Amino acid sequence: MSTLLTERKSSNLTRGRLPGYASYVTAGAAVVLAAALMALAGFNVLGWAVLSGLLYAVGTVTSAAVVEGRRKAVDRLATALVVGAFLVALLPLVSVIITVLINGIPGLLAPGFLGTSMNGVSGIQDNQSVANHTTVLGGAYHALAGSVLITLWATLISVPIGLLTAIYLVEYGAGNKLSKAITFLVDVMTGIPSIVAGLFAAALFSMLLGPGTKTGFVAAIALSVLMIPVVVRSSEEMLKIVPNELREAAYALGVRKWRTIMKVVIPTAISGIASGVTLAIARVIGETAPLLVTAGFATTINFNVFSGWMASLPTFIYTQIMTPTSPSNPDPSTQRAWAAALLLILLVMLLNLAARLVARLFAPRKGR
Amino acid sequence: MSKRIDVSDLNVFYGDFLAVEGVNITLDAKSVTAFIGPSGCGKSTFLRTLNRMHEVVPGGRVEGSVLLDGDNLYADGVDPVLVRSQIGMVFQRANPFPTMSIRDNVLAGVKLNNRRISRSDADALVEASLRGANLWKEVKDRLDKPGSGLSGGQQQRLCIARTIAVKPDVILMDEPCSALDPISTLAIEDLINELKDQYTVVIVTHNMQQAARVSDKTAFFNIAGTGKPGKLIEFSETTTIFNNPVEKATEDYVSGRFG
Repeated sequence: MSTLLTERKSSNLTRGRLPGYASYVTAGAAVVLAAALMALAGFNVLGWAVLSGLLYAVGTVTSAAVVEGRRKAVDRLATALVVGAFLVALLPLVSVIITVLINGIPGLLAPGFLGTSMNGVSGIQDNQSVANHTTVLGGAYHALAGSVLITLWATLISVPIGLLTAIYLVEYGAGNKLSKAITFLVDVMTGIPSIVAGLFAAALFSMLLGPGTKTGFVAAIALSVLMIPVVVRSSEEMLKIVPNELREAAYALGVRKWRTIMKVVIPTAISGIASGVTLAIARVIGETAPLLVTAGFATTINFNVFSGWMASLPTFIYTQIMTPTSPSNPDPSTQRAWAAALLLILLVMLLNLAARLVARLFAPRKGR
Repeated sequence: MSKRIDVSDLNVFYGDFLAVEGVNITLDAKSVTAFIGPSGCGKSTFLRTLNRMHEVVPGGRVEGSVLLDGDNLYADGVDPVLVRSQIGMVFQRANPFPTMSIRDNVLAGVKLNNRRISRSDADALVEASLRGANLWKEVKDRLDKPGSGLSGGQQQRLCIARTIAVKPDVILMDEPCSALDPISTLAIEDLINELKDQYTVVIVTHNMQQAARVSDKTAFFNIAGTGKPGKLIEFSETTTIFNNPVEKATEDYVSGRFG
């Protein structure tokens, strides 16, 4: 009969390990030391943060090397590099969001920004608002409506073409020459500079309807040139991961191929396809270059994509910054541009959230 | 309904590769036939030619004839879809449609073909098929839940229910129990014994005890070596195959001495 051993006070298993509080001590020391060093060289927050990070990395790696040995030291070095790379990648994103929020919120909250267009707003009104410190008149309603309509039409054009192409590639092409050619061309199309897509649409419509044809629909065509390859690619990937067993199961029940695709393959993949489409929309809604050459610069509300110039958020931002409504007082225009930029980011963010929601809604339900 | 299948001089190809050579076999109506043999000998490939599923694989083609009560499946102008609605198939891995409920999975063969069916007929068909697959008692209270939530054995029986809901003449089973535990396997074997009264059943299995338990006749396939075509070595009553086979290869295989 053996007796139960009592637990040893200092375990053999934790010998040669840094205690849990060591990293906090190192971090504290690094922050203090960095502050001291920065005080000598002239203090700024960014430099302080970067220096603290570097000192912490050096401190933790050396202490690990001394106490815990080479393997742990390499582990901590790799961790420091990974976290550092993540922070560097995050920096521009956070910076952009903060800048747009700070500059955009006042304009976005200005009464009438979301409800009025730039119709009738000229340099005189802007000069008055600056002189009298009254609210900035004019808004981005026309641009918001234009962006939404143009993107909607682009989606209506791209999704059927893109989805059907993907279905051909996965279900019917199966590696034949035509499908290889299509895949190659789609890859090339993914890399087309957006301005080229704009020029293509502009040239096409100037040939069909006469030179200088600029409408929302021309812009929608330009955007769909950019959108189709994205839709094809994402849908193709989603269709590919539908297990072949499901197709065979349907065939074995005596179901025709096109019905199998319509009722088994697409419903199984629909969540991925829908979120892919939503991300493709988010990708083109911020396009500026193709809209500049296809939709013109409208200052009034236009709900008809088939006639007349149409504004959009990106071109609205561009014109407000490049040619302020009042050249002597550009501040109101700058404010409107930042507000429109914030609106655009919010729109893209909403679309991304919608993509997640759509993916979750359509996902095959698991459960008992 | 139940029909017999007569196969004569069947060669099965993947592209230029001859996978199965010169099969002549007769599968009786209302009987269970088991295909046994080592992996890669072409049992499953041959099984898939019996309802024209083989040609779903790119490059898959067939020479020879398969007669379903005298009608050649491979005659010109035969629609493979019609063939498959008369000869159903159950696969190795249970594959219920993940987007559909249990009820819709059973009705899949009807609904996917857009055939109109009244609510009461549909209910009757669901119950009859699930009862036929010995699954009704376990799922009758959760017909609207997804089929993917069932256990592996239940999923496989759901797939069998889905197959018999189309009212085929023949049911092909490609290692239906290879992913199941002994209890689920027993449930499916019992089911095969019941299905025999109404259908012609063909089952591919690696489990020789299973072949001995469920089948009336057994076909032994073998392959001479890698890259060579698989062949039907011996086909007769199951008791003959397992007790006094004619061929040496069969005897070696069923007694566990290979090669």
